[in-house]
Amino acid sequence: DPPAVPVISLSTSNPKSGHYTQNSVEDDFELSTVCYRPEGLDKLLEQTKFTKKELQILYRGFKNECPSGIVNEEAFKLIYSQFFPQGDSSTYAHFLFEAFDTNKNGSVSFEDFVMGLSIILRGSINDRLNWAFNLYDLNKDGCITKEEMLDIMKSIYDMMGKWTYPCMQDNAPKEHVENFFQKMDRNNDGVVTIDEFIESCQKDENIMQSMQLFDNVI
Amino acid sequence: MAAGVAAWLPFARAAAIGWMPVANCPMPIAPRDQSKRQDELIVLNVSGRRFQTWRTTLERYPDTLLGSSEKEFFYNEETKEYFFDRDPDAFRSVLNFYRTGKLHYPRHECISAYDEELAFFGIIPEIIGDCCYEEYKDRKRENAERLMDDQEENKDSKLPHMNFRETMWRAFENPHTSTMALVFYYVTGFFIAISVITNVVETVPCGSTPNQKDVPCGERYTVAFFCMDTACVMIFTVEYLMRLFAAPSRYRFMRSVMSIIDVVAILPYYIGLIMTNNEDVSGAFVTLRVFRVFRIFKFSRHSQGLRILGYTLKSCASELGFLLFSLTMAIIIFATVMFYAEKGSTSSKFTSIPASFWYTIVTMTTLGYGDMVPKTIAGKIFGSICSLSGVLVIALPVPVIVSNFSRIYHQNQRADKRRAQKVQKARLARIRAAKSGSSTAFLHSKRNGLFTGLPQLQGSEEGDQQLNKTASLLESQHHHLLHCLEKTTAHEFVDEQLYEQNCLEGTLQSCPSRSPSLSSQEGPTSTCCCRRSRKNPHLPSAGVPPTCQRSLQELSAIHIQCGDQPPLSTSRSSLNMKLDEGSRLNCKTGLITTAIISVPTPPAISPEGDGQSLTSTNVQTPASSNVVKVSAL
Repeated sequence: DPPAVPVISLSTSNPKSGHYTQNSVEDDFELSTVCYRPEGLDKLLEQTKFTKKELQILYRGFKNECPSGIVNEEAFKLIYSQFFPQGDSSTYAHFLFEAFDTNKNGSVSFEDFVMGLSIILRGSINDRLNWAFNLYDLNKDGCITKEEMLDIMKSIYDMMGKWTYPCMQDNAPKEHVENFFQKMDRNNDGVVTIDEFIESCQKDENIMQSMQLFDNVI
Repeated sequence: MAAGVAAWLPFARAAAIGWMPVANCPMPIAPRDQSKRQDELIVLNVSGRRFQTWRTTLERYPDTLLGSSEKEFFYNEETKEYFFDRDPDAFRSVLNFYRTGKLHYPRHECISAYDEELAFFGIIPEIIGDCCYEEYKDRKRENAERLMDDQEENKDSKLPHMNFRETMWRAFENPHTSTMALVFYYVTGFFIAISVITNVVETVPCGSTPNQKDVPCGERYTVAFFCMDTACVMIFTVEYLMRLFAAPSRYRFMRSVMSIIDVVAILPYYIGLIMTNNEDVSGAFVTLRVFRVFRIFKFSRHSQGLRILGYTLKSCASELGFLLFSLTMAIIIFATVMFYAEKGSTSSKFTSIPASFWYTIVTMTTLGYGDMVPKTIAGKIFGSICSLSGVLVIALPVPVIVSNFSRIYHQNQRADKRRAQKVQKARLARIRAAKSGSSTAFLHSKRNGLFTGLPQLQGSEEGDQQLNKTASLLESQHHHLLHCLEKTTAHEFVDEQLYEQNCLEGTLQSCPSRSPSLSSQEGPTSTCCCRRSRKNPHLPSAGVPPTCQRSLQELSAIHIQCGDQPPLSTSRSSLNMKLDEGSRLNCKTGLITTAIISVPTPPAISPEGDGQSLTSTNVQTPASSNVVKVSAL
């Protein structure tokens, strides 16, 4: 066994506190005293497509920033905003948080984190497209409406901030959404389903190529 | 980018998957990790104590000694470790900074030793965490004051040549500078004392003439006292005029408290001289003599404590005001009550409410003269309540004021708060500038074309290597991420004044055309070298107003010239070689970002493989851009 395995597997892999309420002092206190330990390294190796070394590096980074073992939405937003100093990335971070938090308990544990990353970075193109669809589908009902897409688009444009060239127009997101729907919505019913999405993406060279960018992130 | 979250960069890059399907244009190529080094433990031997950490931990802060290649100078081949001949205790906090992202100041450490360690390792002290920053600043201030005091003492002994006026002023301000000043100091003090004593003795009845009752000495020995008074006033007048002459700023001197006291002290005499003729106003003249007592305030020049007392009184004005206000309230209440209570009794001294004020004050301050006493039962009851509450009302605020005094007194001993606030503002500005350095770093590197996209130098291995050498991998990945966002939204990041420029002008085609040969002929990476050749001032797009440069420099609190001047403009031109991005606004941004705290990298990419004639000789000169390396967040 390699030395210095940072993950200790416990039989109870659930956090000690049951559920997380929003914005209460006791809640903060709970989160700070709870130390959430993820499942064993071996189990994660099975569930994800990362190597052991990669998991180790990921966990070390994760634990460094979140010593309690879980990320709540505020911390998530804060971390993500460090990368976009000029814009406001909180909305997009919120959507990301929703996408990573698969069991909807208001916090992202290391497993959630690493499983999401495994799909994005090591999954097949279809998996990645699926994940992206899941991100866009805010209410997780299987189809993307124009409103949902507009929210996503606005959040992406928000990250640019104010100082851009050319000057950011107010209807830029809307136009972009129209563009998107024109491309994706095959049967023009006003929503994009997963099949339409995957099909349209597969036909688009740019998207296919950009999906491959993620192969070398780690 | 706060390097503490550098470990999350892969996550941020992965999260960009959300942008891909909505982007309409192709994404730039990602920078590749050429080294592909496994993360390794490195050993730091500091004066015998060995510290171990991951290499990536240290690389979080590439602007410091340990995070950059500067540490290679300390590498010991035989023992395969980095040896530093420094204090291991101070090194602990330095290393913890890398680990946790927070710099702490250990209280037992000497402030100047700690500062030296920070300077050695290339860490700016402003990023000390809030938990330790107060302590650090206090210690630093004390140290600076001590140094200043020492300096002043030394300075007094060795003086540059000053003119007569300045010498006089210094002599007035600090009597210990020369013998003359000391003599002057004592003489004036003596005469102040004489004057005050004279005023006092004047009123004492001394002796009696046979046919009159006791007369005050002043009237008996009028001439003597008059002479004494004249002498004192003459001395004071001469002193005042001399001070006025020597003062560096006469207007300010005349407005100062001390000079007003001086004037008030001598004015009655002169007014008396002028007005002795006129008998009508002699009554008023007599009262003017009261102002002679102000001469005693002249002693405050001779006593530091008096001055501080005056100052503390002034700064405690609000507390004193509150005390006075609450006392006034209580006095009015009790006076009213007593008046109405005593209204019924005959021959009551409480004739009106204002008349009762005197009783209330005397009772509340527990003086109890007894000249006014209540006679009715109700009056006596309320009178006792009054005296009891008087004790409370007076006793409670007084300790508060006393403690205020002592607090202000001690504060007054050190430097004042105003200087601290300025420093705080400067500190925040520095941190903010370092933080914004990340965005400016991105804009800067955009112009230098760190992400070259489609490298048209095929198979130039060294080109790739040099590309990676010049940019820290972390930074290039971060910049690639930002570039992807730009592509997705079809907008570009610019900095503030450029944005305002664009909005104001609205015409974006006015950027002077760079020599189109540059962009079209050579490969994109070669032209960047033009910026290197600072010796080519004839490069076309130098028409950018220098105001951009200046205002950007104001963004960062530290003005560090990276030394790249106008030729910078040409670099950007073709470095973003995607010609489909339309007109390059970047030409306007040429002069900007020469002063950034977080110095990204020497921006050039070597086109050596290209062998173009335009390439400047030495691409790898970091000297020109990295004038100062300070640690950015």
